[in-house]
Amino acid sequence: MSAILVITEYKNGEIRKPSLEVLGEARRAANGSGAKVVALVIGSGIDGSGLGAYGADVVLTADHDALASYNPDFYKTVAVQAVKSQNADVELMAATDMGKDLASRIAAKLDAGLASDCLSLEIGDALTAKRPMYAGKAIATVAVKSAIKIATLRPNMFAVEGPDESKSAAVEALELPELTSKQTVKEVRSSSDAKMDLTEADVIVTGGRGMKDPANFVMLEELADLLGGVSGATRAAVDAGWCPQSDQVGQTGKTVSPNLYFMIGASGSIQHWAGMSNAKCIVAVNKDTAAPIMEKADYSIVGDLFEVVPAMIEEIKKIRG
Amino acid sequence: MKVVVCVREVPDTETYIKIDASQKNIVDANVTFVMNPYDEYAVEEALKLQESAGAETVAVCPGSARADDVLRSAVAMGVQSVIRVNVAEPIWDGLTTAKLLAGTLKEMDFDLLILGKEAIDDGTQQLGPMLGELLDLPCISLVTKLDVADGSVTAERESGEGVEVIEASTPCIITAQKGLNEPRYPSLRGKMAAKKAIIEVKEASVGNVQLEVTGMEYPPARGKATVVGEGVEAVPELVRLLREEAKAI
Repeated sequence: MSAILVITEYKNGEIRKPSLEVLGEARRAANGSGAKVVALVIGSGIDGSGLGAYGADVVLTADHDALASYNPDFYKTVAVQAVKSQNADVELMAATDMGKDLASRIAAKLDAGLASDCLSLEIGDALTAKRPMYAGKAIATVAVKSAIKIATLRPNMFAVEGPDESKSAAVEALELPELTSKQTVKEVRSSSDAKMDLTEADVIVTGGRGMKDPANFVMLEELADLLGGVSGATRAAVDAGWCPQSDQVGQTGKTVSPNLYFMIGASGSIQHWAGMSNAKCIVAVNKDTAAPIMEKADYSIVGDLFEVVPAMIEEIKKIRG
Repeated sequence: MKVVVCVREVPDTETYIKIDASQKNIVDANVTFVMNPYDEYAVEEALKLQESAGAETVAVCPGSARADDVLRSAVAMGVQSVIRVNVAEPIWDGLTTAKLLAGTLKEMDFDLLILGKEAIDDGTQQLGPMLGELLDLPCISLVTKLDVADGSVTAERESGEGVEVIEASTPCIITAQKGLNEPRYPSLRGKMAAKKAIIEVKEASVGNVQLEVTGMEYPPARGKATVVGEGVEAVPELVRLLREEAKAI
């Protein structure tokens, strides 16, 4: 291993937490191997110099107006150039929507094996990773043996290193290749509210059919806010028009791995379980003791959610003083 | 206009997964295999173009003879013709699968190739973007709205970043996700046609595999499920457990 290239992802000028997690894992993999960790910062006017504190030896910047938002062709061209210029033999990204899309294109361009959505990682002669299959019902160990090895890492599964402000990275500008694209982004409508992407959240409070009315989700948002998390929804709640599709957890929605996951008035179908079975702690509130989630949740309360959830909010406020 | 949909055969989500003695594969017996749920959105979008613009529709599926059932499902929904790219064993290297399909797709002279955003067996989201690179065509992933005009498409792509409106010229590749449409159920006439459908089988060679599954295990068992109690009286104890036992808040 000579160099690990980490392609970072920014939102509103701030680095996304999953990218810091990947940087941390790259640092741990590089330690003792003599390999350098290169953080590639693609964007327009982004200052990536602080990434040294999170494990980067070198920050490589690709700065151009055309790179202000994700264009797969531009970003892929830049990333391939960076891999070549740094002689990188490992390339890592967060398994976000952008990471999954971009890594696939880079893999095809470089004829490299790609392990997606990894839960753990070991880098030696081969890159070995554990990753979920069959909607999390099995965990596969995969080995990537190509000369250049690529992996995307699931958010919330790897620890951030640092920040250690005593460490700094050398900042270099990448010589940009010609940027051409086969597609044009005409408009970007960012998620209007500043709601955190569910895949990054530490705490998610999900409501299901038992919520009965979209107005009742305010209560879940209050509980989520209190714990620094976000609210989510089951497919039933989304299909009823109560919540946007971007809130849906489970098959045909998002896969999440938060520390704490609340299932409020939701039965826990196998399709939903597929999207959240990796949550570290699951709490269910349901009046139906026969709901599948009651057998799986770490903690559950049997009862009327419209009484229990407000009581939970009060109790947490109380202990927080 | 010619629209090709790439469909894949996956275990039904409801299926119980059992790992075999090699600990690299699952036991196929007793598993119900179905069309990948995301591919249903792809098929529906192709059928809408068949109805609104007289598009010719073809479904392509990699797999063994068992995958013929998935192609018959596509015919039952309304797809005109179907091709199976013969692959004896499952391949978990996304790039190998993409190369294998690229060989067949390259000769099909399509205007639009639509795939589900991911297959729910390995869930990688690799195939569409990889085919874009291998076929040197624009690929717009995670599409929730598609307008096809003469020689171009306008698509809405919904990701963690929000919604982007993207334009590309045809031929191009689209990966579909929930929100694009509501997939139809097969009609009785469709089911009759599916029984009689002729499945064209193409041979393809598996190249140099760069990613291998070397082991498979069940996910770690979750801790015991604790029913803390009933109603609001149980709330203080739940909060205490979350703080002191789970250290989650």
